[in-house]
Amino acid sequence: MRAPDTPTEQPLLELDNLRVNFHTATGIVRAVRGLSFTLGRERLGIVGESGSGKSMTGRAILDLIPHPGEVLADRMVYRGQDLLTMDKRTRRKLRGRHISMVMQDPKFSLNPVQTVGEQIAEAYRVHHKASAREAKQRSLAMLEQVQIREPGRVYELYPHEVSGGMGQRVMIAMMLIAEPDILIADEPTSALDVTVQLQILKILDDLVTQRGMGLIFISHDLHLVQSFCDRVIVMYGGKAMETLPAAELADETARSRRHPYTLGLLGCLPDLDHPKAKLATLTRDPAWLA
Amino acid sequence: MTSVAETSPRKSSYGGAARRWSAIVWRELSTVAITMFGLLLITFLIARVVPIDPVLAIVGDNARPDVYDAARAELGLDKPLWQQFAIYIGKVFTGDLGRSVLTSNTVVDDIKRVFPATLELATLGTIFGCAIGIPLGVLAAVYQGRWPDQIARVIGLFGYSIPIFWIGLMALLLFYAKLGWVAGPGRVGVAFQDFVTPITGIVVIDAALEGEWEAFWDAWSHLILPSSVLALFSLAYVSRMARSFMITELQQQYVIAARVKGMSEFRVIWRHALRNAFVPLITVIALSYAHLLEGSVLTETIFAWPGLGRYITNSLLNADMNAVLGGTLVIGAVFIGVNLLSDILGRLVDPRTR
Repeated sequence: MRAPDTPTEQPLLELDNLRVNFHTATGIVRAVRGLSFTLGRERLGIVGESGSGKSMTGRAILDLIPHPGEVLADRMVYRGQDLLTMDKRTRRKLRGRHISMVMQDPKFSLNPVQTVGEQIAEAYRVHHKASAREAKQRSLAMLEQVQIREPGRVYELYPHEVSGGMGQRVMIAMMLIAEPDILIADEPTSALDVTVQLQILKILDDLVTQRGMGLIFISHDLHLVQSFCDRVIVMYGGKAMETLPAAELADETARSRRHPYTLGLLGCLPDLDHPKAKLATLTRDPAWLA
Repeated sequence: MTSVAETSPRKSSYGGAARRWSAIVWRELSTVAITMFGLLLITFLIARVVPIDPVLAIVGDNARPDVYDAARAELGLDKPLWQQFAIYIGKVFTGDLGRSVLTSNTVVDDIKRVFPATLELATLGTIFGCAIGIPLGVLAAVYQGRWPDQIARVIGLFGYSIPIFWIGLMALLLFYAKLGWVAGPGRVGVAFQDFVTPITGIVVIDAALEGEWEAFWDAWSHLILPSSVLALFSLAYVSRMARSFMITELQQQYVIAARVKGMSEFRVIWRHALRNAFVPLITVIALSYAHLLEGSVLTETIFAWPGLGRYITNSLLNADMNAVLGGTLVIGAVFIGVNLLSDILGRLVDPRTR
C-alpha cells in the first residue's frame, strides 16, 4: 500500500478547454465543448446522460478518436509531457503503458479468436522486452491479482468460454499488466450482472489504491459514482456542469449549492425508501450550453 | 471472492477436445455421405431424363431390333430403375464411369488427364487472387473512402466486368505476341510434349520432382498467363469481400481494446482484425476456388488448355453422355471436398465453432 498523495505532487493529467469535434456532411458535431480538469492520484468520476461526451473525453485522452473527429485543447499534459505536441508514435507508446482503459463489455472487447492469456501477455510484451515465457509468468501473476483462482486454466480459455464477470477481470488484467499511472474505466460494470458488479468494483478499487493510480471512472450511475469516487464531474452536452466532492452528491444540506442539472439527475432516481408516485423528468436549460 | 458461478461452464481438457473433434468429424463425414448420395442420384437421373438413347449411340440408327435389344440388355437398361441405380453406384465406387464415345478412352482415364490441368490453373489463380486480393481489400477497408479504396474499387470493377475472353486475348497479344515474355497457348511447348512422366499430372510439379528444370520453366511460362487471367476474377471477388469483412471487424470493440494496449496499427489490422475477418473469408475463397475448379471453358479455350471445362463442353456438344456425367460427378465431388476443407479451416481459425 502506498501512502495517499501529498498535494504538492505534480498532477498526473491536466486538461484545459478540451474539445472534440466531428466534421460531418451535415456540419460540425461538438461532442466535447471545453472541458477542463486536473487528475491526481485519485478516483475521479464523470457522470452524465448518453451523448454527454463522457466516453469521448476518455477516447480523446488516449488519442483514439476515430477518423473524422478532431481533438483540440489549450493544454493537455501528462506528468509534465505535452500530449498536444507529442508525435503519434510516442503517443501510442503511452497507451497501455501509462494511460489505459477498461471498456464496457468484455464480450465484445476481447478478441474472440485469441486465448485470453495470449491477449494479456501481448499487452505486456508491447511495452516490455520480455521472452514469451516471462510474459506468460507475468500474465499468470496478473490473473491472480484480479482474483482468478485457476490462472493456468483460464489462461488457455477463449473469450467465449468465460463468463462476463471473469471476462471483465481478464480485461482489467490486460489493461493493468503494463502498470499504467492512469486508468480510464468506461462504464466497466454496466454490462455485468448486479451480483458481480460489486466484486469487479472491489478488485478495481484495490488495484487502483495499491498501485496509487489515478482513476477516471465514467458512468451514468449516480449511486455508484457517489460511493466509489472521490470527486465527480457532472457533464451535459459536452460541458462540465459542475465538479464536486462525491460525498456531497447525497448531502441534503449542500443542495442549495448544486447545479440545477445535478439536482435534476438526482431527482430522476427512484428511491426504495421513499417511493414516488411519479418520477421527475429532466428539464434542460439551453443557457447551460452557452 | 471468486464464486463457483464465476468459473467457466466447460473444462477444456485434452480428452474433451478430442471428443469434441471426433464428434465434428462424424458430423462432417455424414454430411459428405448424404450430399454424395444426392449427387449420384441426380447424375443417374439426368442420364435417364436426357433425350439421348445410349443404346442408339452404340448400335447406330439402322440396327436390327434383336441387336438393339442385346445391346440394351448388355447396358442393363432392361432392369428396374432401382437396380440400375444400385449398379451405377457400384460402378462409380469401383472407378468405372464408362467409356467416352468421343475419345474412346475410359472416362476415368480422360478425367485423370484433364483434371490436373484445371487443378493447376485454378489453384495458381486462387493463390494469385488471394495474395493480391486480400491485402488490397484490407487496405481498401483501412483507407475507406480515400484513394487506396478508390484504386481497389476500380481494380475490382475491372475484374468483374471485363469479359474473360477479351482480357485473355489481349494478354496473349501483349505478353506473348508483342513482348514475348511468356509462352503462348497450350500447357507445354512442342519440344516438351510428353517429355515429363506424369506423377501427379500437374506438369510444373512433375517436372520439378523429376529435376527437369527446362521443362519446368517451359510449363511455368505457359501457366502464368491463363492463371493470371483467372486470378483477376478471383482477386475482384476476394478483395471486395475482404474489404467488407474488414470494415465490420475494424469497428469492433476488441480493435479499440488492442489500440488501448498500445499495439501498433500494423498489428491491430493484420493480426487482430484480419484473423477475425478470415473466418467468413475462408468460405468466400473456397467458393471462388471451387468455381474455378469447374474449369473455365472460355479461358481454357483461348489458351488451348486441355482442362476439365473444355472436356465437358466438347463431350456435351457431341452427346457423349458418359463423359458429361463423369465430369459432372467430378465437379460435384470437388465442390463437396472444397466445402469440407473450408469447414475444417474455419474451425481451426475460429475457436467458437470447435
